[in-house]
Amino acid sequence: MENALEVEGLSVRLGTNEVLRALSFSVPAGSALAVIGPNGAGKTVLFRALIGALPHGGVVRWAPRTRIGYVPQKLDIERDLPVTGRDFLRAKAAVSGASGSEAARALELVNLPPGAADQPIGAFSGGQFQRLLLAAALMGGPTVLLFDEPTAGVDEPGEERLYEMIHRVQEAERLTLLLISHELSVVYRYATNVLCLSRDHPCFGPPEEILTPERIEQVYGTPLKYHHH
Amino acid sequence: MHWTGLALSIGMAVAAGLVGCFAVMRRMTLASDAMSHVALPGIGLALVFHFQPALGGLAALLAGTLLVWGLERQTRISTETVIGVVFSLALAVGSMLATGEELVDALLGAPGTLGRLELALGLAGAAAVVAFVLTQRNRLVLVLVSGDIARTSGIGVGRLELLYLTAFALTVALGLRYLGVLLMGSLVIIPAATAKHLARSLDGMFAISVGVAVASTLAGEILASRLHRATGPVIIAIAAAIFLASLFVRRRS
Repeated sequence: MENALEVEGLSVRLGTNEVLRALSFSVPAGSALAVIGPNGAGKTVLFRALIGALPHGGVVRWAPRTRIGYVPQKLDIERDLPVTGRDFLRAKAAVSGASGSEAARALELVNLPPGAADQPIGAFSGGQFQRLLLAAALMGGPTVLLFDEPTAGVDEPGEERLYEMIHRVQEAERLTLLLISHELSVVYRYATNVLCLSRDHPCFGPPEEILTPERIEQVYGTPLKYHHH
Repeated sequence: MHWTGLALSIGMAVAAGLVGCFAVMRRMTLASDAMSHVALPGIGLALVFHFQPALGGLAALLAGTLLVWGLERQTRISTETVIGVVFSLALAVGSMLATGEELVDALLGAPGTLGRLELALGLAGAAAVVAFVLTQRNRLVLVLVSGDIARTSGIGVGRLELLYLTAFALTVALGLRYLGVLLMGSLVIIPAATAKHLARSLDGMFAISVGVAVASTLAGEILASRLHRATGPVIIAIAAAIFLASLFVRRRS
C-alpha cells in the first residue's frame, strides 16, 4: 500500500523545551492513525509540525497531490462574532476552489441541518461547531483529514455519534485519517495504527500491540480503564 | 465643501469601515488605536524637512506596520506591551519634532485645500484598501477562525497578515488630514464596533460599519463647519454617539 505520509526523525523545539524527538512513522493511504498520549506530550504540536505551522527538524513527506482537511482543537471564538456558519463555509469553498453545492453536501455528510448554518458561529453548541469544522474540512476534495480531539466540548452521547460519523465519512470518502484522541476504546475500534507520544516510551504499531494494559500504564503513568467492544 | 474633498472623505470612511471590521473581530482594538499614533514622528520629520506631512506620516505608519508584524511572529515577547511602549514613544518623539499650531493640526486634523496629486493619491489609496478587503474577505475569515485551517487551505498566513496591516496603515494615513493622529484610529474602530454589536452576518457587519463611518464623516463635516469647530473631533463624537445608541438596541437572536 502507498503511504499518504512518511515522517523521519521529526523533532520540534519550543523555546528550550524539546517537545518531540526523533519521531519516525508512516501512514498508509486510506488508513486511520490514532495519536494518543498524556497532556503535554506534544500531540497538537505534532499536527502543527505536520502541516508546516511550526519549524521542525527531520523530514515530513506528504504524498504528491495531498490536500489536507484540518479540524483543530476547540477554538477560542467570541460568542458575538457576526460570522455565520455559512459565511465560514463560503470562505472555505472560495479559498479551496470548491463549488457552491459542495457546502450543502458537506453539511449533509456531517448531519448538520442547513438552517443551523445560518446562525453566528459563536452561537453553535460544542458538537455543532465540531460538525461545522468537519464540514469545512471536507470541502475542496481533501485526501487526508487531520482531527485534533474531535470530542473536546461535546457531551458523552454526542461523542459516540461524532466518532461514528467521522468513521462513516472516512469510509465513504476513502480518506486517510489522522486523529488525536483520549478515547482509547474508540481508538481500539477504528484505528489501523496507534502512535503514542510520551517522553520516555514513544511507540507505534497496530492497536492490539500498543493498547495493552502494561503499555498504557507506562505511557500515562496510571492504569487507565477502557473497554473492548 | 467642494465635491473633490467630499469624494475623498467618503472614500476614506468606506475604507475605514471595512478595514475596521477585521480589526475589531481580531481583537486588535487597542493595538490599532496605538498604531495610528506612530504617524506623528513621520509628520514631525516632514515638517522639519519641508515635505508633504501626509507622506511622512504614511512612511512612519508603514515602518510601524513592519514592526508590529515582526513582533507578532515572535511568540516570546508580549506584543501588547511592546506596542504600548513603542507607540507612546512615537507620540512623545513626534510631539518634540512638531510644535504649536502644527502639532495641534497633526494630532486633531485640519482640512485644508486639496492638491490634485493629493486627491488622486488619496482616492487611489482608498480604492486599493476597499478592493483588498472585498477580494480577500474569504481568506481573512479563514485566518480569523483558525490560522491552521487557513494554512492547510493553502493561504500564506504571514503574507496575508502583512497585507492586512498595510491596508490598515494606509487607511490611517488617508484620514490624517481630517482626523489627525489621535482620532483616525477611532474612525476605524468605532463604526466596526457598532456593526459587530448589531450585525448577525459578515455582509451585515460590512454594511453597518461602512454606513456608520460614512454617515458620521458627512454629518461631522457639515456640523463642524456650521459650529466653526475642527472637523475630526466632531466626526468622532458623532460616531461614538451612534455606538452608544446602538448599545440600547437589542440584537435579534
